[in-house]
Amino acid sequence: MDGEDGAVLTLAVLYPDLLGTYGDGGNATVLSARARARGLDVDVVEVTIGSSLPPASLYLLGGGEDGPQRLACDLLAEGGFVDRVGEGAHVFAVCAGLQILGTAFSIEGDASYPGLGLVDAVTTRGTSRSVGDVATLVEGRMLVGFENHGGVTVLGPGLEALGDVLVGRGNDGRVDGYRASRLWATYAHGPVLAQNPWLADEILGALIGRELAPWPSVADRLYAERCATLSIRRPAAARTGDRH
Amino acid sequence: MNVRLSWRTRVAIWGVAAVNALSRRLGRGAGTVAGGRVGLFLDPGLLKKLSRGRTIILVSGTNGKTTTSAMTRTGWGGDVAGNITGANMPEGHVAALCASSAPRAVLETDEAWLATVVQATSPAVVVLLNLSRDQLDRANEVRQMAQRWRECVDRDSFAGVVVANAADPLVVFASETARNIRWVDVPTTWRGDAASCPHCTRAIVFEATSWSCPCGFVKPIEVTAILSNVLELGGRSYSLDLALPGAFNEVNASLALTSLAELDIGVEEALIRIRTLTTVQGRYGLRRYGARTMRLLLAKNPAGTAALLESLEPGDDVWVAINAQIADGKDPSWLYDVPFELLAGRHVSCLGERRLDLATRLTYVDVPCDVIDDPDALREGGGDVTLVANYTAFREWMARTAPC
Repeated sequence: MDGEDGAVLTLAVLYPDLLGTYGDGGNATVLSARARARGLDVDVVEVTIGSSLPPASLYLLGGGEDGPQRLACDLLAEGGFVDRVGEGAHVFAVCAGLQILGTAFSIEGDASYPGLGLVDAVTTRGTSRSVGDVATLVEGRMLVGFENHGGVTVLGPGLEALGDVLVGRGNDGRVDGYRASRLWATYAHGPVLAQNPWLADEILGALIGRELAPWPSVADRLYAERCATLSIRRPAAARTGDRH
Repeated sequence: MNVRLSWRTRVAIWGVAAVNALSRRLGRGAGTVAGGRVGLFLDPGLLKKLSRGRTIILVSGTNGKTTTSAMTRTGWGGDVAGNITGANMPEGHVAALCASSAPRAVLETDEAWLATVVQATSPAVVVLLNLSRDQLDRANEVRQMAQRWRECVDRDSFAGVVVANAADPLVVFASETARNIRWVDVPTTWRGDAASCPHCTRAIVFEATSWSCPCGFVKPIEVTAILSNVLELGGRSYSLDLALPGAFNEVNASLALTSLAELDIGVEEALIRIRTLTTVQGRYGLRRYGARTMRLLLAKNPAGTAALLESLEPGDDVWVAINAQIADGKDPSWLYDVPFELLAGRHVSCLGERRLDLATRLTYVDVPCDVIDDPDALREGGGDVTLVANYTAFREWMARTAPC
């Protein structure tokens, strides 16, 4: 189950009925297609309200509105999600999913709602909503996508950001998401892996414990085109690196 | 209409006409939005004043607004005012009511503007079609929209009749507190946005012809009309036999006919008139592109696109054009909410600004496709084509093709 060759990779999409606002289910579509193209066996499981949390190689979390986000968080807390991750599962989270994994987040009716506490990250409400293209520099590579959220997320001292924001807001206008052992999170919502085939392959590589052979497809052209488009829009300060 | 108007309102009406005439003369389109904006600037109460003395039907929902409005207008018969260019916010309504003195009007209304327009126009009937995700970078999330609808047609806010789709839980949530409600039970396949209950967020259980939540929120049982193979309305059955394609258009017609029946319009006569509709704002109609014959379909969001893909004929050559301008929503993430698996077995041509996003989407579900960078290259060659396009891409293709 955890990625030995010949074994089946299980991708569990968590509560698409609560967290699936912007085509977030697309990330599982992308991962399973790219895994199958490399001859890997993949099972995609949708975990919906009322069903128990199955063991999985990777859990995927999407975005959602306030009420559903709170319910998803409660269901994960009750369902033993943190234990599953502790046992070796990987996690990929976007938007509301990113907030849920932290220690606390702020939603309508609750200034501070307890998160799952898997990572040291606290989300509060920003003064404005950030809606638009987002680009983050992750270890020399661009992560491109679209964000639509009102959160400001502050990472604890031990938690590494996924990368530096080049366009858009991400966590706070400076960095986006976070990266921990077996865990990736970004504010680039929806099917962000569709636009970033390299990250899809990095996640799959982590699941099977080795680097994947390249699999050229039209997604590479899409990634190049999005990077070129967003590079032009990058503010001058960001390009010269004097933002801090 | 025989209503006394103040000098301010008269100046505003004159302003709308003048700006729209100028806009048409300058070739900037029908000018409905520009003129309406000027009118509302000169008299913020203009829509209310123009609505006085008229019998008005408002039509709102994520999908089918334009077609259902056209059906309602056509089915009503005679002189009916309406925002036929699709400008569905107050400035478009003002322009439509300035352009016509007809005592009856059907106004297609943007979901987010429904409360404002209900208040200003005091409609006889409000038709609520459906609610699903659409351009979420611009509008609030769909549940908030349902809540806002609920507040504006609530029994304390609205005295008219609400004709509502009983199969859509979000529409039922929006309508259930209305004073006069007429439920229309229609087949609905899109449930992606109503999986969790709008009252309690628990899972809604969908069965073949019903749905319910453990909290007691259930599909209404006492319905005014039911659509199955035929439409049952007012104790009679009608075979719809529309010229417009797709199961979704039968749903639209059922809501249009129910709203007209509410105003004592004979269903049989209205249906005969509705059957004459073969194209609505260029949609569904046949167009010429080089030697090709094309049918243009507008698909703006996951539910609408899914319905269109289900309606495609097996032999159709399918082109899909996707843009991401402001009018389309700048975020093409929604492509992953569309069941493009329905195109399995076809070879699709990907067009529009976001053709690479589309081609990537299709590749991941094993639908073979070509990325077409230059649409002119497709002008050569013959055959019949169905083009599925989102808003601005549809407009581009209307300009690129000629009527048959």
